[in-house]
Formats: sequence, structure tokens, C-alpha cells
Amino acid sequence: MEKLDQIISKHPFTKGMKADHFQTIAGCGRNVVFNAGDYIFHEGEAADHFYLLRHGRVALEVSVPGRAAIQIQTLEEGDIVGASWLVPPYRWAWDAQALETTRLVEFDAVCMREKCDADHDFGYELMKRFAPALGRRLQAARLQLLNIYETAD
Amino acid sequence: MSGSIPEKNSLIPKICRVVGRRVEAENVVTLCLEPETGGPWQSAPGQFNMLYAFGVGEVPVSVSQCASDNEPIWHTVRAVGPVSAALCRLQVGSTLGMRGPFGNAWPLDVAEKKDVLVVAGGLGLAPMRPVIQHLLTRREFYGRVVVLYGCRSREAIIFDEDLAAWAQNDDLELLVTVDRADQAWGGRVGAITTLIDSQTFDPQSVLAMVCGPSLMMRFVVAALTGASCPESSIFVSMERNMKCAIGQCGRCQYGPHFVCRDGPIFRYDKIGSLFRIADI
Repeated sequence: MEKLDQIISKHPFTKGMKADHFQTIAGCGRNVVFNAGDYIFHEGEAADHFYLLRHGRVALEVSVPGRAAIQIQTLEEGDIVGASWLVPPYRWAWDAQALETTRLVEFDAVCMREKCDADHDFGYELMKRFAPALGRRLQAARLQLLNIYETAD
Repeated sequence: MSGSIPEKNSLIPKICRVVGRRVEAENVVTLCLEPETGGPWQSAPGQFNMLYAFGVGEVPVSVSQCASDNEPIWHTVRAVGPVSAALCRLQVGSTLGMRGPFGNAWPLDVAEKKDVLVVAGGLGLAPMRPVIQHLLTRREFYGRVVVLYGCRSREAIIFDEDLAAWAQNDDLELLVTVDRADQAWGGRVGAITTLIDSQTFDPQSVLAMVCGPSLMMRFVVAALTGASCPESSIFVSMERNMKCAIGQCGRCQYGPHFVCRDGPIFRYDKIGSLFRIADI
């Protein structure tokens, strides 16, 4: 059976990470599995975890009273799930639902925040890995707002 | 990649009849057309015809299926103005005028032996459909074939039957995404650029063909170049403002180019400097 360290090392998020930083992050992780339809987290709840997606698909959604939830983005193998743990008030901004059997590595965000505070080099390394992913998502969200498929004439 | 040389009678429409009609999405209709006399028309993937709704006017529409001995020519039209709306209202048995084909074709010969990345947005899948059909017909001449298709919503997706068939076809990799969806969708949700991020292709051996509204193409090209794809390996379709279709009226002038005569397909490094000029 594959060890957790090996599993985490295969995820793009940890590619090229220094050994001591890798051990720090691996010490806060554990394997989790969600079945299709399970919610990984809900809007407004404490954002006390983040996840590296290994297999499966996850939808970020917003629920709307009286109608089906609206999906904002789907995430796949190699993606990060959850960024609200990074910034106060540490509450999830969206619902996250597994669209199929989904395997992730779950990290204790409280533990991670403490380690970032204690070791700024580690914290900076982590931010350098989150920032590009968040930048791409911000850009993607702006494109979704623009309706880039609308013809000009 | 040079522009086509129009025939002498290229300003005279031929009469053709609607022999099939399919509603693809809201305000989007595919017309299957056969000539009243002569034909079928030979066109290459990427070319366009001028379709004339009698008494209303004429618009350029790209070919969504090239005519063959057994098949009529297809044109897929979105109703956005009086002429295109009149074309969309045509029923089987109606007639319309057509002249063409005009313009150049996608560089399918240049793409041979390379991986091919087809990126289409919204109605931009229509001119890419003959490309995909060609790639599948001559599959052994190409490396990986990856098709990325983005749409506003599930309801805006066109060519459902083709997409379903392509999804089952091991000869190509198809990724479809929509900007917004509810839980019934079941597919990907997100900007089309996120599909490019997820692709692992060798930038030096890929040839990308991009078709969609200009804003979409701008961001797709940025994502491709950001992924180290050389500008000389990216081709875009600049269908805009075409009127005479033979490079005479100047309406489609794009810097030093006439889109109808020199395009509509351009290698990106030839026109990249014009891409972000707002008033052009």
C-alpha cells in the first residue's frame, strides 16, 4: 500500500518542494474519500482544512433557495481544493461537492497556519504555491463574468 | 496560407435549396443546402460562403460541413441581425442565394505529424467541425488530437450528436466546459483557459487552431503562449465585418490585411500586434 508521503509527493502542488518543507506539510495530512454527492464542506462553516485532489472531481457550488445549486467551477486531479483557510475569517465561501468517488489528501489548516507563523520560510513557500493557483482561478472567474463567447455582431 | 483567388462570377449568387434544417441551440440553426443547378460546391475546412436571404441581405457564414458527393453543404447560423435571423427562419424547401467559397483554409497540411490542439468557443465550433472530421478521417497523419470546447452554458452547446460521438472516440481527446451550470450538467465548469492549463502537450510539436469570438481567442492565445506554445504554431480565425468577400470593399480591413481575401485564418505571429488594438 502506498504511503501518505508517496501520495503527497506525486501531487503537482508539492513538486520541487524542499525536503524539510515537505515533511512539515506531510505531517499535517491524511487520506480521505468522498462518495458521489457527498459534501466536502459547506459555505459558512469553519475553513479548518484544505485538500489536494488525487482522483475524482469536485464542484464548487452556491446553493439557491428553491432551485438547483449553481456550479461555479469543477476541480480535477492535481487541483487544490479550498483556499478560505488562508485568510480571516477562515470560513468557506462555497459548498464543495464530490461529483464522483473522490480521493483527496486533507490537511489540518489550523496546524498549517501555526507552522506558517512559526516558520516564515515555510509559510512563504506555501503562499508561492497557492498564489498561482488562486491567480488562475481569479482570472478564470473574470472570464466567466465577461461572457467571452458572445459575438460582437 | 495565401488567400484564395475568387472566380470571375464570384459576385453572382447561385440559387440553392434548404434540404435539411436543425435547431442547434437558441437562435442557432444549421441549414443543409444543395444547389439548384450544378455542384456540389467544393470547399476546404475554414472557408466561408456569402449567404443571401432574398430581399433582406447577405452575410458571411463559415462552412460547418464541406459538401461531398453524398452530403450537402452545411452552414450553421446564429440569429444576431436581420439577415442572419431571416436565414434562421428558412425552412426545408426554401431557397437562398450563395456565393463562394471564399477565404483560406485551416493549415491541415502544416499540422501533419504534429499534435493538433483545436480550441473552439461557442459558435466557433461550427468552422472547426470540418477540421475535426478531416483529422479523424486522416487520423494516421497526425499526433495527438485534442479538442477543447467552451460555451456559456449547457443550453448554448451546439452539435450535441457530434460531441457525444467524439467523446466515445479514442482517436481524439475531447474536453468540454461551460461557464455556468446547475447540478444536472455533470460536466466541467470553468473558463476555457483552465482546459489549456490542464493540458500537457509538447509546445514544440503542437499546432493550435483557435476559433471563437475575438475576446475568447485573445485569452486563449494568452494561455497558449503562457504554456510556451510558439506564436508561429497558433492559428486563429478572424471572421469579422466581411461584406464583398473578394477584398474590394475594405470593410473587413484588419491593419494591412483584408480578412476576406487574406484570411479568415491567420497565423498568430502575423497579426498578434493587432490583436489588442481596440479601435481596429
